[in-house]
Amino acid sequence: MSLVIDDLTVTVGDRRVVDGLSLDVPDGARVGLIGESGSGKSMTTLAVLGLLPDGARATGSIRLDGRELLGASERELAGLRGRVVGTVFQDPRTALDPVVTVGRQIAEPLRLHGRVGRRDARARAVAAAAEVGLPDPETVVDLYPHQLSGGQRQRVGIAMALINRPGLVLADEPTTALDVTTQAEVLALFQRLVDEQRTSLLFVTHDLAVLSRITDHAAVLSHGRVVERGPVEQLLHRPEHEVTRGLVEATRATTWRAS
Amino acid sequence: MRRGAFVRELLRRPQGAFGVGWLTLIVLSALISRFWTPLDPFDTDPYSAWLTPSFGHPFGTDSVGRDIFSYVFAATGTTVVVAVASGVVATVVGVGLAALGSLTARWVRESVAVLIDVLVAFPTLLIAMALAAAFGGSLTVVVVAVGVGYGVTIARVSRSEIRQVARTDYVLAARANGLGTGAVLRRHVLPNIAPVVVVQLSLSMATSVLAEAGLSFLGYGAPADTASWGRLLSDLQKFIGVHPGSVVWPGLAITLTVLALNLLGDAVRDASDPRLRSRRTGRGTPGSPSTPAPSTAPPRATAPGAAGTPTTPGVVS
Amino acid sequence: MTRFVVGRLLLFVGGLAVASVLIFATLRLLPGDVAQAIAGTTGSPEQVAALRQQLGLDRPVVVQYLDWAGGLVRLDLGESLVTGTPVIDEVLDKLAVTLPLAALSLVFGLLIGIPLGVTSALRRGRASGVVLGTGAQLLAAVPVVWAGMLLIGVFAVTLRLLPTQGFPADGWSEPGRALRSLVLPALTIGIVEGAVLLRFTRSAALGALDQDYVRTAAANGMTRSRALVKHGLPNVMLSVVSILGLQVAGLIVSAVVIEQLFTLPGLGRMLVTDVGRRDLTKVQGELMTLTTLVLFIGLVIDLVHRRLDPRLREGDR
Repeated sequence: MSLVIDDLTVTVGDRRVVDGLSLDVPDGARVGLIGESGSGKSMTTLAVLGLLPDGARATGSIRLDGRELLGASERELAGLRGRVVGTVFQDPRTALDPVVTVGRQIAEPLRLHGRVGRRDARARAVAAAAEVGLPDPETVVDLYPHQLSGGQRQRVGIAMALINRPGLVLADEPTTALDVTTQAEVLALFQRLVDEQRTSLLFVTHDLAVLSRITDHAAVLSHGRVVERGPVEQLLHRPEHEVTRGLVEATRATTWRAS
Repeated sequence: MRRGAFVRELLRRPQGAFGVGWLTLIVLSALISRFWTPLDPFDTDPYSAWLTPSFGHPFGTDSVGRDIFSYVFAATGTTVVVAVASGVVATVVGVGLAALGSLTARWVRESVAVLIDVLVAFPTLLIAMALAAAFGGSLTVVVVAVGVGYGVTIARVSRSEIRQVARTDYVLAARANGLGTGAVLRRHVLPNIAPVVVVQLSLSMATSVLAEAGLSFLGYGAPADTASWGRLLSDLQKFIGVHPGSVVWPGLAITLTVLALNLLGDAVRDASDPRLRSRRTGRGTPGSPSTPAPSTAPPRATAPGAAGTPTTPGVVS
Repeated sequence: MTRFVVGRLLLFVGGLAVASVLIFATLRLLPGDVAQAIAGTTGSPEQVAALRQQLGLDRPVVVQYLDWAGGLVRLDLGESLVTGTPVIDEVLDKLAVTLPLAALSLVFGLLIGIPLGVTSALRRGRASGVVLGTGAQLLAAVPVVWAGMLLIGVFAVTLRLLPTQGFPADGWSEPGRALRSLVLPALTIGIVEGAVLLRFTRSAALGALDQDYVRTAAANGMTRSRALVKHGLPNVMLSVVSILGLQVAGLIVSAVVIEQLFTLPGLGRMLVTDVGRRDLTKVQGELMTLTTLVLFIGLVIDLVHRRLDPRLREGDR
């Protein structure tokens, strides 16, 4: 599944949070979007999903396998979300409904998009939980989010995003809220699953080190504009723009690299 | 926060402006009515009963010919006295109880905590009725009932605030340096819990206005020789079949005053929250509700990040 | 689960105990002599002394309290000082009016408050949302007595749809008629309490709108509105349940005043009368009954809330 973002501009009130962004995610590719907080990277993800906050307007073009998403109806977009486009969000503490069991949440995309009975759904949720490395999947699916650790909850999020084998995965800083050790684990898991399922990936982060592990190409975002783009190796070792250089510096500053 | 900036923030919002404006009107009326009213509120004239509103009687007259406007005007004094007295009592009781439940020995703290949790459920009106049964109805009964009844609510709110402050590093350092409990209270705790307490103060005053109205209506609040909105409602109630319109004025006065106090509480809370201060765009969050008695203030809707943009949910990256 | 239940039950019983002590102590503070007051000016000193002994007022206060408290446990509330009839009989009789009134008021309040609260949150920026929000704030400031008078004026006097006051003398033997007498009173309480509930629900719903898990649900394949309903609403309802206890306390308090206004033969109205007659035994019994009601409903709601929220059950694992 391919994603083509063409001259995307997102305005909130009188501010342009995304300004003329163009980005290509060819089928099977792994592309990164990197920038500091406020650079507009999350807004891009939300624009693709049609989940921009109230008061935000998007112009430009976003095409999924040639199909235009901007301006599509909520119904159409809902049909694509969770089925052909899977999303992993940043904060595991708040991304899951606290009063619904983990298993039912993992199975939710299944039940929304297909005729899957309750028992079937549970079985597949257990399988998905095992796939993402959750301990004791049979028991875990009946637990509530607050009973799991942050890393475990993020695995739930990944299971939820991938359960329908989507063609495109959007990952919005999926490891940022985790501690360094868990980060490495979750990242490795992510890599493996994306490899196995051969999905296209758009990975959003502010950490160049993380990006270098999981993506091949990336665009650097600053104040809503792409200031540099290219293979991640190039960005890391031969940065041209000062923002990119700043990101590289930040990477060097962390003593423990996810290697 | 600087005083001038705070006041400006307060008045910038419509809630604050209305609250301050109306309450100023009431307080001024209370002061003026001590010395002068258009007509004597208790002057009865059976031949002038039930007159429709006119220049001489802006609100008309009641069943015994009293000028309703003068009566409502004079009653502002009662309202202000009761509100202020209740507020003071409630705050003293509340903060005192909260301090007792936070900064003392463990067994004291635990007992006070349990006591507060138990007392919080007791409705103010029932306290008032008990007092009225023992001492007869009076405004003092209203003040004590609201003061104690709402004081416990203030205690509960303040206690959690105080505990948060007590855990901060600078307080721990101060105590390690030998600063006594009293000084800690004065210098560190009180300034920090002040905004919360002020909001609760305005809510307690709103409660007292409603309580006084209700109790006076029942006959256990203001005595017959004291002008009171609640009493007037009681007097007019008997004739509601024939003159339903007359009750508008005292009821409206009560409603607007309670509203003003509630809105003022909201506005004070918003104005003292640095996150909500506007920049050029001049728009804060939509008014977060506070409730008058019997409920405590509900949780606020989440405020956005620093910028004064309209509320946006979730992530702004 | 059982640890919590036991603890909560203890709190309930403790609350009852504290209430009984406070009620008893307050009423014993009555200046002057009860026996004297009953005997009036006609009684001779011997008669007063005999009366005092007969009522058990010459015993130590603690003994009197224990006697009364013991009676409470057996549901024996003593006898009226004025008429001598058993208090419990009258209380039960009046509860047949007050309980249905409270229940009906709660229903109205929920029907008004929750849907409108959610709607006003969904229509946050638009005109209808603002109107609902301000309307609720206004209504929450209205004294319940006045609301009742206005409704009487509209529905009973002008439109003649419902009775202005009163309750059928033969009680519930004709349920339809009895219910008709309760509609307007319950609606009055329902509207005012519903306004408070509306504002709280609105606040909770606004919070839910911003929650990340609603966005996750949409990302899973729901439309935004469906995600709000399926995931936001249950969490909102959970918050609402947590303040329901306070709401009910407010309901019961409003009922006291409303029964007076609509001359309903309920517990509240009897309380008001008995306070005036200084019938201390009855007042004690009535206050105790009302307080027990409030505390009991608070207990039930706490237990239900705990059952519904998986996060609160965590301590049991």
